Amino acid sequence: MSDLSAGGRLTSSSSSTALETPVLSIRDATFGYDERPLWSNLNLDVAQGEFIAIIGSNGSGKTSLLRAILGQEHLTAGEIKLNGKSISTGSRSIGYIPQSRSVDANTPLRGKDLLTMGLNGHRFGLPFTSRKDKARVSHILDCIDGHELAKLPIGQLSGGQLQRFRVGQAVVDEPDLILADEPLSALDLAQQSILAELIDRERKDHSAAVLFVTHDVNPVLGMVDRVLYLANGQFKIGTPDEVLRSDVLSELYGAPVDVVRNQGRIAVLGALGADHEHHAHEEWH
Amino acid sequence: MLFDFSDYAQLLPLVVNSLLAATLLGLMGGLIGIFVMNRDSSFAVHGISELSFAGAAIALLVGVDVVFGSILGSLAAAVLIAVLGSRAKERNSIIAVLMPFGLGVGILALSLYQGRASNKFGLLTGQIIAVDQPALAWLASISALVIVALLLIWRPLQFASLDPEVARARGVATSKLGYVFMVLLGLAVAASVQVVGALLVLSLLVTPAAAALRVTSSPKVAPLLSVLFALTASVGGILLAVGGGLPVSPYITTISFAIYLGCRAVAAARKRAARASVAKVSA
Repeated sequence: MSDLSAGGRLTSSSSSTALETPVLSIRDATFGYDERPLWSNLNLDVAQGEFIAIIGSNGSGKTSLLRAILGQEHLTAGEIKLNGKSISTGSRSIGYIPQSRSVDANTPLRGKDLLTMGLNGHRFGLPFTSRKDKARVSHILDCIDGHELAKLPIGQLSGGQLQRFRVGQAVVDEPDLILADEPLSALDLAQQSILAELIDRERKDHSAAVLFVTHDVNPVLGMVDRVLYLANGQFKIGTPDEVLRSDVLSELYGAPVDVVRNQGRIAVLGALGADHEHHAHEEWH
Repeated sequence: MLFDFSDYAQLLPLVVNSLLAATLLGLMGGLIGIFVMNRDSSFAVHGISELSFAGAAIALLVGVDVVFGSILGSLAAAVLIAVLGSRAKERNSIIAVLMPFGLGVGILALSLYQGRASNKFGLLTGQIIAVDQPALAWLASISALVIVALLLIWRPLQFASLDPEVARARGVATSKLGYVFMVLLGLAVAASVQVVGALLVLSLLVTPAAAALRVTSSPKVAPLLSVLFALTASVGGILLAVGGGLPVSPYITTISFAIYLGCRAVAAARKRAARASVAKVSA
């Protein structure tokens, strides 16, 4: 892979956090179905509190990477460690924000139940919620401005309202790693920035690392430490300024790509499937 | 005559076992029904009950304990459905394949059976007096087991049922819980078949929960209401059946259905009221 991804940036990042184990460590990871790897030799150390945007076109393997970290897909080669330990299927150290999608209107859950499940849903035993857990849920409701909506069935919430509770659910148990799978898709710009700020604030408060899969880097541009750009079976890792450049992305795609900056926003033009528009289908569903 | 309560005081002691059984079934059915609804498994209940019937019919024919036969049939069905039908779509077709087979085997066994005819009919449509001491002991142990197990796995099972993606990400063993649930469901169905019969199990394991979920979306209130409805139907049905000359199941199913209709009416009225208040605010 390129110097940028395998060499310089990675070393500097791991040396700056040399004293702590990285929250997430991906080593020589290759993933693919049959002969065609979606990405290969991926190396990535994610430090505490680091915000990494994962960008790429459809079919580039963004969701597969998240699923591999969640232990729901197996790597073809390499390994992934969470807090220094090999991953298993899911973990309580992970807060997960699934893609925004509509919920059946009759789902018997209210907003605050979603939060409570994020806190104690994994726990066996008599289903009573402790006072401490209730207080924690109430605190998160403060954070997401959700007290008024907390008693509504989640099927009655708008997309943006539901995603606020999803963010709350992901952070309520103070995870070390937040995995967000296109949490902003299908939301309007105002809601996108509210949610992005919520996630940003939570990761700062609890120094949680964030892997944020998105089609559009703009809503999170101000908070992103590094970008992992997947395309064409290859990838680049680095700061937005290092990766989101015409020459770097052109090399990645093997075709001319224009990265246009305008008033603090970035648009990637020209690459097949790389345009910043919403795609109806995400890969592997 | 539909009702005759003149000898009620003399009849009641005869059905004490049945009333106890009905109470246990109401508790168990109301609780597990919530998960049957949450996991969209109503059809599985029906499928399991047909195989439970087949198991009971075979047991009757070969002269072993009927409850034992029905548990075996239930568990076989539950495990088959859980293993072969891990995806919802597959599950329904597996059930649709198993169900007529089970019913056919059951009918075959019953037609070969030479004993009392009421035994045959009871397996399909339920019976009250038939709950003798050993049968009650079976029911009590099964329902105690199912209720306690359900309470202990309640939170993870609810998480896995209603929010499976996030539950898996948080390390909840969703598929293992699915197997455990199917086994518990198999036991619950086998127990219910003894009282309401194979054809009408849904009225105890599905209808009360479906009714409760019409009027509340609180995960605490729903199971409580569901249990209340199931108890009303099962115990109330037996109390009415004592005074009437019909099998117990029509009473149970009718009460259950009436409660469901009532809950739908309440939900509809609430919706209208909500719309009216919105209209008032915007006017």
